[in-house]
This record gives sequence, C-alpha cells and structure tokens, in this order.
Amino acid sequence: MTHPPDNPEHPPLVVEMRGIVKRFPGVLANDHVDFSLYKGEIHALLGENGAGKSTLMNVLSGLYRADEGQIFVNGQLVEFRSPRDAIRAGIGMVHQHFMLVPSQTVTENILLGLDDPRFLLHLNHYHRKIAELAEQFGLHVDPRAKIWQLSVGEQQRVEILKMLYRGAQVLIMDEPTAVLAPQEIEGLFETLRSMTEQGKSIIFISHKLQEVTAIADRVTVLSKGRVTAAGQPMAGLTRRDLARLMVGREVVFSLEKKPQEPGEVVLEVEDLHAENDKGLPALQGVSLTVRAGEIVGLAGVAGNGQRELAQVIGGLRKPTKGRVLLNGVEVTRKPVRFGIDLGVGYIPEDRTHVGSAPNLSVTDNVIMKKYRKEPIARGWSVDMQAATRLAEELKEAYDIIVPTVETPARLLSGGNLQRVILAREISNNPAFLLAMQPTRGLDVGAIEGVQRLLLAQREAGAAILLVSEELEELLSLSDRIYVIYEGRIMGEVRDGDIEKIGLMMTGTPLEEIEGGENA
Amino acid sequence: MDWIVILQAGVASGTVLLFATLGEIFAERSGVLNLGVEGMMLIGAMSAFSVAVKTGDPWMGVLVAMLAAGLLSQIHAFITVTLQADQVVSGLALTFLGTGLSLVLGEGLSKAGTVALLPAFSIPLLSRIPLLGPVFFTDQNVMVYLGYLLTPMAWYYINYTRPGMHLRAVGEHPAAADTLGINVYRLRYFYVFVGGMLAGLAGATISLAISPGWFSELTTAGQGWIAVGLVIFAQWDPVRGAIGSYVFGALRRLILDIQGPQTLLWFANPFYYNPYWGFFLQMLPYAFTVIVLVLGSREAVRKRLGAPAALGLPYIRGERGL
Ligand SMILES: Nc1ncnc2c1ncn2[C@@H]1O[C@H](COP(=O)(O)OP(=O)(O)O)[C@@H](O)[C@H]1O
Ligand SMILES: [Mg+2]
Repeated sequence: MTHPPDNPEHPPLVVEMRGIVKRFPGVLANDHVDFSLYKGEIHALLGENGAGKSTLMNVLSGLYRADEGQIFVNGQLVEFRSPRDAIRAGIGMVHQHFMLVPSQTVTENILLGLDDPRFLLHLNHYHRKIAELAEQFGLHVDPRAKIWQLSVGEQQRVEILKMLYRGAQVLIMDEPTAVLAPQEIEGLFETLRSMTEQGKSIIFISHKLQEVTAIADRVTVLSKGRVTAAGQPMAGLTRRDLARLMVGREVVFSLEKKPQEPGEVVLEVEDLHAENDKGLPALQGVSLTVRAGEIVGLAGVAGNGQRELAQVIGGLRKPTKGRVLLNGVEVTRKPVRFGIDLGVGYIPEDRTHVGSAPNLSVTDNVIMKKYRKEPIARGWSVDMQAATRLAEELKEAYDIIVPTVETPARLLSGGNLQRVILAREISNNPAFLLAMQPTRGLDVGAIEGVQRLLLAQREAGAAILLVSEELEELLSLSDRIYVIYEGRIMGEVRDGDIEKIGLMMTGTPLEEIEGGENA
Repeated sequence: MDWIVILQAGVASGTVLLFATLGEIFAERSGVLNLGVEGMMLIGAMSAFSVAVKTGDPWMGVLVAMLAAGLLSQIHAFITVTLQADQVVSGLALTFLGTGLSLVLGEGLSKAGTVALLPAFSIPLLSRIPLLGPVFFTDQNVMVYLGYLLTPMAWYYINYTRPGMHLRAVGEHPAAADTLGINVYRLRYFYVFVGGMLAGLAGATISLAISPGWFSELTTAGQGWIAVGLVIFAQWDPVRGAIGSYVFGALRRLILDIQGPQTLLWFANPFYYNPYWGFFLQMLPYAFTVIVLVLGSREAVRKRLGAPAALGLPYIRGERGL
C-alpha cells in the first residue's frame, strides 16, 4: 500500500503517521494523531509535559507499538517491531534521557549492536571513521573519550553521531535543549541546520515556545494527546498563538514582582565542600548568601553540584568542609530536624519519593513537619481530627484538587502533589525556603500557581533559594542569580544578563568575562 | 616447610577459585549476581567424579560437570531474568538446591575407590625458569595450565571484542543496549550459563585433579563463597581475579601447612602447639569473604569499585524513564 502522490508544491514526504492511537493503563497518550515530515525540514513537535510527544515519537522510532494507526516512510507502509527496524528504515531518535553506556568510549557506544566489526574491535580504524563523520556535521567530540568524562552537550553529540553512523535520514530529538546552556543550544541549532542542508529531516520536540520559533520550519502542536495544530508553517504564528494551541486558553506571560528591599542575611553558606554518591568532589568551595525577602536563583546545567548543595543545606548530606548558617546558627552536621525547627523549608527535586510519602494520605503528608507540635500533637499521640481539619484548610487555601484528604498522595497529579508539598513547607512560615526545580514537569497553569506562591513568600519576608534549570523561570522570579559550574560558583548576576549567565554555565568565571570586556 | 611446594600447591588450589571467579565475573558483568556458585561447584564436583567412576574417562566427567552446573544455572537465569525476581534470594536458593542435589546424587560415591584423574605434567623449558618454573610449570595439572590460558582470553574477550563490548553494555546500561537491538535477556541467560559452566569446571577440577574424591559438602568447603567475594575484590576484572585466586589458593595451603612443623623460623611454632590458633587461621578466608560481601553490598562502595551499574537489577523493557 502506498499513499497518494505528494503535493508538487512541497518537498517529498519522508514520514507520514496516520491516526496513531497509543494507550497506557488509564491514559490515552495519543488520540488519533496525524503527523507528516518533509525532506530537509525541521519540524517542531510542541506540547506541554504529558501531552504525548515522547510517546508519539517512541512509536515512530519503534520503541512502542501503536494500538492503532499506520506509519509510512517514503510512501511505503512500514511496521516497526523494535528500534532496530526503525533505524533500518532511516529513522533514529535521540532520547530525552541519553541512552549511553557511561563506562564505555564514544566509539564503543556508537558501535554497539552493529554487525561490523564482526569480532575483534580494531578500535583505531573506527576511531578514525567516527572522527570523520563528526567532522562532516560539526559534531566535535573525541572518539576515545569515555562517556562519563564528557559534558552533557558532548554526550548529546554522541547520541546524534550514533544515529548518523547508522545512516539515519530522519533524526528525532526529544527535548534536546533541556540539558544545555544557552551557547550550547546555539551550537546545536547550527548542527541541526547543517544536517538539513545535507538532506536530513529533523523532528524537534520541545515545550519551549521561543526555541520552536527560533528553529522550526513547521510545527505540530499536541495537547492532551490530540493534535491542535497540524504541520503549520511557522511564518505567521506568534508565540501567543502557539501558547493558546498548547494550553487551550489564553496564557499571561508576565508575573508581577513587587520591588522590595531585602532584609537581613538569613542563609549563609561558607566555603562548602561535599562529595557526590560516587565519592567524587561535587562541591568545591561554594559560598553564597540569601537575605530575607529576596529570591536568589541558582543557575547551572544539571549535575554541577546543585543536588548536593540542596542536600547539604537540607541536612541530608554531610559536607566534607565548610558550613551552613541559618540566622547565624550552624545547621551543618546536625540532625535534619534541627534545621526544620530553625525554619528551613525544603521543596526537593524528586517530589514523589523525597518530597512525599506516596502511599500515605494527603493529611499524613501535610502534617509531617507539624505532628510533634500543638495543635496536631496531643501529648504522645497525634490528634487526627486536628490533622484532618488542618489538611482541609490547606486543601482550600492551596487549591489542592483531590476527592478527600484521605486520598493517597501517589494518586495526585504532579501539580497537585507539588501544591501539597508547598502547603506543608510554606504553612510553617519558613524563614528560609529552598526550592529545587519546583515547576519541573508541571503544566503551564500549575507552573503559574507555584510561581505565585513563591513570590508571595518573598513578600512575606522569607529568604528563598531557587534552584532551576529553566533560565526563564530564574530570570522572572529572582532578585539575583548565582551560577554554579562543577561545584564552584562562577559569579553572581543582578541584571539578568543572559549572555553572562550562559558563559558562566559553561565554565567561564565572571571575573574573566568582565576582564575580557574591559581589555 | 618448603616454600616452593606451598606456592606450587597454592597455584593448583587457586585454579579452582580462578574458574569459579571467572565464571561469576561473566555473569555479573552481564548484570546478574549469582550467589549459587557454591551449589553449582558441588554439582560439578559430584557429577565429574561420578561420571569418571562410571566411564573411567575423566574428560567425560569434566564435560558432564560443566553441562550439569550450566543447566542448574539456568534455573537462576529463569527466575531472575524472565521472572525478574530478587537475585540474592534466588542465588541463595540455588546454593541450597545444588548442595542438596549433590549430596543425594553423590550418596555412596565417597567409597567409590580410585578413579582415573586428569593428567599432570611439566612444561619443557618453562619449568626451568628459576623460581617461576617450579611454582607454575612443574608437575601441575592440565587444569592449572588451562587457567593460564583462560585468564588472558577472558580479559581480551571482555575488553576488546564485539561480544565482550555487548556483555559490558548489558551489565552497565541494559536500556541503551536494548534500543540498539542487543537482546538483553538472551545475553544474560548466556552469561549466567557461562558462569555455571565455569563453576562446574571448578568443581570438576577439585574432584578429579586438585584434591581428588567426593567428600560431600566438604569437597568445596565454601570455596564458591570465596569466589563470590573475590569478584568484588577483583573489581570484576579477570586478571585481578586470577591474581586474587592464586593468592588465596596459596594462603589456603599455607594455613594448612603452617600447622605441620614444630618450629617456624627457629621459633617454636604456636600453630603446632595450639590447634585453636590453627582453627582461627582456617577461618580467615571465610571472614574475608563475609567482610567483602558485606562491604560490597553497599551501594556507595560498589559504585566506587566500579561494579556493573545494572548489577542485581532486573531489566524490564519499556519501563518509565526510557
Ligand atoms: N511507559 C509509560 N507507561 C505509562 N504511562 C506512560 C508511559 N509513557 C508515557 N505515559 C503517560 O502518557 C502521557 C504522555 O506522556 P509523554 O509522551 O511522555 O508526554 P510528553 O513527552 O509530551 O511530555 C502521560 O500522561 C504519561 O504519564
Ligand atoms: Mg517527553
């Protein structure tokens, strides 16, 4: 079976997906989705988290099998049983989470699963071959390096090389910019353009409007598993249009942040050193301060020590050197509860396992930091009636949408669960609040809600340290921004200069940037 | 005490540990921890001896031992790879099963009398190298020489061949291997089988070469557990595994022999006059194993030693996060 002849005005169709349906237990992830890709174009697939973008592309790349629908490649009906089938048809996917073996070299990762070499690896021969391919597409990376030695940007290049080496004509990039610093994003875009010039076609998955506007020729928008815009040319679409198609309603783009003078220093981190889980240095002399009534952002590419810093401040990790002071009292090397009693609020990155107890009720989850004190505590026991009353109040105040407060936390959507955690942490009136990726994975409406709550805490005089990988979020919420790179603070920015932040995120200290400007 | 003789016997006894350790390295590099080594060795030792008694051909015994232990290992593969059950529990159960089976099937075997054993010989020229010659190349069993060949082969295979690369990938990041069309399940079954066969070979090496005969569970006397500990100690590397095996083999001999003479280096030998000291010495290899296993079960230590990242974890295709 072949599909009707191409419209002569367009370049040839390389991929066409028709009526794709994919169900997961309890979720209709793709609801009769149509998608088409022209040769040589960059086609953006836009949608909020959970819209079904990755699912659709996992179907195209052979990882999932669709429950219904058909896929045509170059006009031929195909059926993919595995990613191997898809790559044989010229379709390769770079996943959101990289699929690389950290202990192996770049070359080994690229050769995995291929029939050539047959038995002996002859690595030198293949190192050279891969270096040539990398050259052709401007994907600079050392074929002999082990994956764990590479930056995230380099690892991404390895993933792209892996697909090109297998002869991919269609490259699917699943949220490729999420892990990159601004300058690296520019580099990636150049690579993508050079690939389309050499006849490749690219599907670019994203939930970020400005990237899609910057790179795509056409866009398909998904919302709750359905197509709300099918392959529309980017020309003539505004960011506002796209946002409406994504969310299904008008979206306000700006948050109101009142000008406000910060107060006393609340949090003081002094020359902090700590190791990561592997025992390697993760923090190498971090010093910073946060004052009452200000939001301080911590920018950085994931894995540069943010997690360890948050864990040390939250009391979950022992530093090897240095200390953390809260209103002048040292909280490092003390039990976690010591910090809590001094007014530390902590919104952890992993809300399902660290931030909440998934099998306990909403009530149990909100009283976790209060059950030792009146009115929840009554002598040695917990007053469950008071607890329920409190949970009901918080449910109202924080717009937690849940049938009853006895519902287990694991049944809540991401946004609602995050509100439960915020309710618990904020209702303690913390002197200091540590928010780690508080909006990650939430939909636009929920993001707005969380951001408003953080701003309200700022107005109420809390000192807030906001760790985020979303630069836009940091820029719109923070009074000043520190940038962390390989466990060191590269500098501090007050004017939201995105260029400087980007340079620091890739390892240039602020003094060097400013030194360069003055020279 | 003749040190050359002790070292020579140590290399022989280390060969048993070597086979079992290499086998376990293969299984663990693919991501499957198999604590059934002791049970598989016993099955190997028993079936090797029993077949050699029946057929008079020790080589037949070796072959059957490897197949029998290999088959036994597939129970573990089925439980952990296909049914995705806990590898520790299944491995322990395998040791109980192997031990029990070998005791029942080996009933009466200890009185079987003499059998034809695997041959021992010296290597011309090499045996004349001072020090090394007498220790490594004189009057050693054919299995010892096989061990010398197997170690570099295993090392080369794992690090420099395509199947070795796939083996490492499956143990480090099975999802990545899977997306590239590598059959994770099939490889894990295969390397658990390889591990079983080598454990069987280790068992046969005891009963038909190093300390011939069938002495029920005392035949292996916990060497399977030492091998499991050695794998961690060796950081999953065949060459380090070989060094560890020979060192431990020599220590085992030394501990036995040190209790013999009345004087040690011109002093009265305390191990001769006080047998309890000897018992204490005999305990040491096992104490080492317990300590290594306890330490090695800690996530942080394992990461630092470079354990295969997916060791102990069942692979479930299409899990969230893919
Ligand atoms: N393997 C899976 N098992 C169960 N549910 C899944 C799985 N993958 C995705 N989903 C669900 O399908 C929906 C779409 O997810 P996904 O395709 O990952 O969205 P996106 O990539 O657009 O963020 C979500 O509700 C998600 O929870
Ligand atoms: Mg996705």
